[in-house]
Amino acid sequence: MVTNLLPLRITDLELRRAGRRILGPISLTLEGRGITVVLGPNGSGKTSLLRAMHGLERLSAGRIDWACGEAVARARQAFVFQTPILMRRSVLDCIAYPLVLDGVGRRAARAAARAMADSVGLTGVALDAPASVLSGGERQKMALARALIRQPQILFLDEPCANLDNASTREIETVLLRESARGVRIVMSTHNVGQARRLADEIVFLFAGRLHEAAPAREFFAGPATPEARAHIAGDLPT
Amino acid sequence: MIARLISSLLLVLLLATPLRAEMLRMAVTTSFANSGLADILLPEIARDTGIELQLLIVGTGQALRLGAAGDVDAVLVHSREAEEAFIAQGHATHRREIMYNDFIIVGPRHDPAHVAGAGSAAEAFARIARAGAPFVSRGDDSGTHRAELSIWSRAGVTPSGAWYRATGQGMGAALNTASGMGAYILTDRASWLNFSNRADLVLLVQGDPALFNQYAFLPVNPARHPHVRAQEAALVEAWLTGPRARELIDGYRLHGQQLFHFNATPMVTK
Amino acid sequence: MNDIVSGLTQAVRLIATLDANLVEISLRSLQVTLSATVIASALGLPLGAWLAVSRFRLRRVVIATLNALMGLPPVVVGLIVYVMLSRSGPLGVLGLLFTPTAMIIAQVIIITPIIASIAHQAIRELWADYHDLLISLHTTRAQRVATLLWDSRRALLTASLAGFGRAIGEVGAIMIVGGNIDHATRVLTTAIALETAKGDFAMALALGFVLIGLALAINLALHVLSGTERGSRW
Repeated sequence: MVTNLLPLRITDLELRRAGRRILGPISLTLEGRGITVVLGPNGSGKTSLLRAMHGLERLSAGRIDWACGEAVARARQAFVFQTPILMRRSVLDCIAYPLVLDGVGRRAARAAARAMADSVGLTGVALDAPASVLSGGERQKMALARALIRQPQILFLDEPCANLDNASTREIETVLLRESARGVRIVMSTHNVGQARRLADEIVFLFAGRLHEAAPAREFFAGPATPEARAHIAGDLPT
Repeated sequence: MIARLISSLLLVLLLATPLRAEMLRMAVTTSFANSGLADILLPEIARDTGIELQLLIVGTGQALRLGAAGDVDAVLVHSREAEEAFIAQGHATHRREIMYNDFIIVGPRHDPAHVAGAGSAAEAFARIARAGAPFVSRGDDSGTHRAELSIWSRAGVTPSGAWYRATGQGMGAALNTASGMGAYILTDRASWLNFSNRADLVLLVQGDPALFNQYAFLPVNPARHPHVRAQEAALVEAWLTGPRARELIDGYRLHGQQLFHFNATPMVTK
Repeated sequence: MNDIVSGLTQAVRLIATLDANLVEISLRSLQVTLSATVIASALGLPLGAWLAVSRFRLRRVVIATLNALMGLPPVVVGLIVYVMLSRSGPLGVLGLLFTPTAMIIAQVIIITPIIASIAHQAIRELWADYHDLLISLHTTRAQRVATLLWDSRRALLTASLAGFGRAIGEVGAIMIVGGNIDHATRVLTTAIALETAKGDFAMALALGFVLIGLALAINLALHVLSGTERGSRW
């Protein structure tokens, strides 16, 4: 059943927009289990790298190769955007939407959505209310539930907690650790060093569009390879 | 919800599409339709022949064009030259004269061109041209327009200039224009009697034989257009030239005035 | 002013007595225009959505054409349909000229560009919001179109109603292709034109008021049915 998506090989990846290079060249291989955190200050290219891996960006140069091929890989991954995309539907229908796309009946899809809402801690919310009434934290949980409902093998998250309070941040981190323990491969970006310490098995450090270091988390925090990484951990750079 | 709405709508539409057994489509002139005579004749024709007449109310020019295209089964118009050309081109097999009514000249009450005393229509037109008083023309190639042009040519005038306003519209619209500007206009009597927006306009000239207006029935040639309802057209033609039609046409009164004079000759057997 | 008052009185009288002719032409107006609106929506809404999500070389040309067609004079549409449907025209064998069907065809041509254009604008905005999500979820183009159509259904109702409004008040085209035949193709607008031509402004105005009332009633009914005014905003 489980075909290996990984390793994911990124070779000489470059993104240019309006003639300006915003990312790369980057070569990187993603394998194994656990949580990879793409760390770096704002504007370092974290979002672009995640979007490129997920197939949302047109590559200016280089290639991205999944072990199982592009088409299979696409169907088994999900993406949580920094600003949750709300559909003009009820909370429940937003979460159920990917299943409806897969041809699951509406009733079954909504039942699964209800269970998923529970499992990400989206409780005490009227699930039949329009998604637009949700608070910031609730919106991110809704987006997380929607991403998880197809049971992806890889989950990308772009700064999932950037605008959230501590309580919501902790709740989301708990869900991510649980999903990782279940075997979901997680790749997420953050500029928050504390969150990286709490979650990461592996760190990919970006600075000004360049890959500075890709290393196991323990190694990275024990001895960052570049002065920029050292400064970012120390909090000397604006974040 | 939306799907249900649409499906019930479609059902209504299907049910609402009527099926008609016997029907004859006839293009008639505005003047005939506006007279109100059609409202009298149609139910009687339906009762006597079982044929439902569908009337397209247009100018003579357009009526003949509809006939030439085969879009109607017959025409009832009033422009002899055009009718004869129509037959010569093979669009109709023959023309049957049914009845006539008359044109009148109306204009502003104070009559700046002094047409009220003119002995004939041509003289009245000549006076209007000389005075340069505003005159509204149908200008739409209708039977009334053609009658107007023939009076101008009899008066020896080629109408043009700021005083001559061609509207390119139907009789009613042209009358509306004339009443709005206080202009002279040639109109059929029926349209005038039925016209309620007269403002300052009054009847000034009538009775000149040049103003008589002959209506004729022309069935569209089935050899040219096999789909036309030739049988129904023949039945309606027979009815229109028969005694019941004479009685109704001569007996029709609008505001106490007789409008139409039946003058059809009985059917000649071929 | 006088005409307006007597027009209003006459409108009230016609409605109060359920005047048989008025009921007949009003129903025919509704039949023709609702059919045209349903058909034009079935064509125009998906076309608008498809234009919003597709990128192809002639896309701008198609959109510009749609916008230009919105300004097409109905009389020209009427003439074109007339020439096509005339017994001497290419589709003459169908015998559709001077039938309600011909009027529906003309109205569909007039309002489809309007509906498609308004739908395109509404859906383009929603597509900008949904773009990343729908790409991320690996949707097919048909799924994108369906999702966008469903989620912008309220804006699309507005688009359809704009088309309905244009069609119900239209007279130039249906006069030409319908012929304004009593008991066959006479509708409110052509009856108004006829009464105006007769100089009976009061009756024309009365029918005009009925037309306005009818258009209002349909708009309100559809808004209530679709629940646009109740519940929360999306």
